[in-house]
Amino acid sequence: MVIDLDKCTGCGACSVACMSENNVGVLHDETDKIRSITWLRVYQIDNGKSFPDTEVAFIPRPCMHCQGGKAGTPGQAFFQEDPLLDSEAHPPCVSVCPATATDYDEETGIVSQIPTRCIGCRYCVAACPYHARYFNWYDVPWPKGTPRALSPFVSPRMRGVVEKCTFCYQRYQRARNKALVDGSEVGEMDYQTACTEACPSGAITFGQLQNPEHKVHKLISSEHTFRLLEKLHTDPKVYYMSKREWVRKMADNYVTRHKKLAQAAAGGGH
Amino acid sequence: MRRWFDDLPKYADDSSWHPKGVKRCRPEIFLLWLGLPLTLLAYFTVGAVLCLALGLNQTNMNDYFAFGVWIVVDLAVIALGAGAFFTSFLNYIVGKTELKPIVNAAVLIGFICYVGAILMLGIDIGQPIRGWFGFWHANVHSMLTEVMFCITTYAIVLTIELLPTVLDNKRISRVPEFGTMSHNLHTIMIVFAAAGTFLSFFHQGSLGGMFGVLYARPFAARGGLGIWPWTFFLFIWSAIAAGPSFTTMIVMITEKVSGRKLTTHNVKMLMGKISGYLLVSYMLVKSADTAWWVWVKLPSMGLTMDDMYHNPYGYWLMWFELGLFGWLPALMLLQEKVRESYGWLFLAMLMTCTGVALNRFIFTIQSLALPVLPFEKFYSYLPSWQEWGIASLVLGFGLLVYMLAYRYLPVFPQEPELNDK
Repeated sequence: MVIDLDKCTGCGACSVACMSENNVGVLHDETDKIRSITWLRVYQIDNGKSFPDTEVAFIPRPCMHCQGGKAGTPGQAFFQEDPLLDSEAHPPCVSVCPATATDYDEETGIVSQIPTRCIGCRYCVAACPYHARYFNWYDVPWPKGTPRALSPFVSPRMRGVVEKCTFCYQRYQRARNKALVDGSEVGEMDYQTACTEACPSGAITFGQLQNPEHKVHKLISSEHTFRLLEKLHTDPKVYYMSKREWVRKMADNYVTRHKKLAQAAAGGGH
Repeated sequence: MRRWFDDLPKYADDSSWHPKGVKRCRPEIFLLWLGLPLTLLAYFTVGAVLCLALGLNQTNMNDYFAFGVWIVVDLAVIALGAGAFFTSFLNYIVGKTELKPIVNAAVLIGFICYVGAILMLGIDIGQPIRGWFGFWHANVHSMLTEVMFCITTYAIVLTIELLPTVLDNKRISRVPEFGTMSHNLHTIMIVFAAAGTFLSFFHQGSLGGMFGVLYARPFAARGGLGIWPWTFFLFIWSAIAAGPSFTTMIVMITEKVSGRKLTTHNVKMLMGKISGYLLVSYMLVKSADTAWWVWVKLPSMGLTMDDMYHNPYGYWLMWFELGLFGWLPALMLLQEKVRESYGWLFLAMLMTCTGVALNRFIFTIQSLALPVLPFEKFYSYLPSWQEWGIASLVLGFGLLVYMLAYRYLPVFPQEPELNDK
């Protein structure tokens, strides 16, 4: 997935579409943002300058579907604590789950979540630096009649389990089944996430990163592309684009103090 | 010495159940004492019912603080309960028989710590009925899987290790079958001591490994050796350093409360010496680990030490953990004069245990408190009254079991001899 932050207006249509597609409920108190569930959360950031130099950007944040590690030689790192070791994919959240309730699909690169197997220990929530995993602190108070309007393709989750963005995996399953019947391949437009379709400014592009035919493959080669927290070697599959340097800088941590010291040592101080 | 309650009329006499050659308070007084653990357990019950019936929204945990006071208490009591496996290991396997007078107490305290921790974890998970999935659908790559397996099996080992003390009760041992069973268990105890050492060694390590493997959480992420993060070894090391101190400390508190001498001071001094040497070696490794983390690991993640400490989780935590409750008690315990003094020994041991508990707090809470995304907010956390209720389980359950064991079981073999004098 590639998200062009210069096109994003922060309207939140992607979040709403995501909730509707994936049967994410609305809690009694949605102002409690550290307990409410938003698979695709839109962050607002600014450049820290006062008016009239203030600039604002919005960062939609789905699950990053991290790959971690390096692809190719599975099983070399048993506990897989080192993302730089040659090993199978190693997202921060998958190897920690004691009950195998989350898994990494080597074929699609999607990090799955099996709510019916989740025991609710929240170790994966602690492991994710993007806060993309949500624990169901409450039962969802579905208003009378609304369960009839839920999507039949996604199971609503119960209290006490963790859930997260699945890149609308049910849509992939449908596209794959259709391709199987038709005897064809899953095409770029056969499988698109709900957020991608809902974005009114076309800021979200979805496809196979490794497929040269897909638009996302071309987009990620742009010099304006970046990912969140690349220094942690999580190897996310969500890329962002912005021509504004301060936005790109906001995506990762930098050793500012060390840099200052280095500059001072090089005579660049004062 | 006659006490005021000795002249009160006797309503019940349970002295035939008391260990041989010891004196215990009257049953009515004991019942009054039991009010303390029972109150704590009532508080726990209220919290537990609310959390099980209404969900974990009764706590102050959230998606930023996925772990809270329960995990801190769990980690702390398991570390402090390490006195059980390490004292058994020294006594039965290394052959340090000078520790025999305290090994029963160590096993009892370990049993309390582990069973209490397991009970608390049952409430901590969002779907307690699915707790068995960790065994059935076990993910062999997860440190938590290893913790679940080893804590459960070690609790069983501790129960078996504790069984001979129960069977040695004056009345129970009159039943010939129980007497024989107790004798047989004593003769094969080395097997369970070895099994306990193996299991405890690994889960203490895995509890540390749980944090070290969080490679995307900069506070917790450390380097490692082979497949094990450094925290794996550091948690074992700190647990075996603090475990003997905690056991001894509890024995000393029991002595003060009961007014009876339970072990010779030499035993306590030896436990202090073991703790002291282990703590010094641990502090050396821990200091090296911290230095490597500050100067190598953090800059590689684009961070500095200043990013890791925000009030209320400021630098004071580090100085308290490594200095006041780390190096200071370590150096104190190395001094023979400190070990010779009852008060100073107790203080040094209390500081040791505080330091290790603080380490567990820091790894749990501070790791989660620090925002990783540059545009994320900093949140702090205070447990709800329901959380404290559940956390008080270890204390309530522990006091109850310990009081019953002290009254009815021959936990301290030196007690009759020491108090006759």
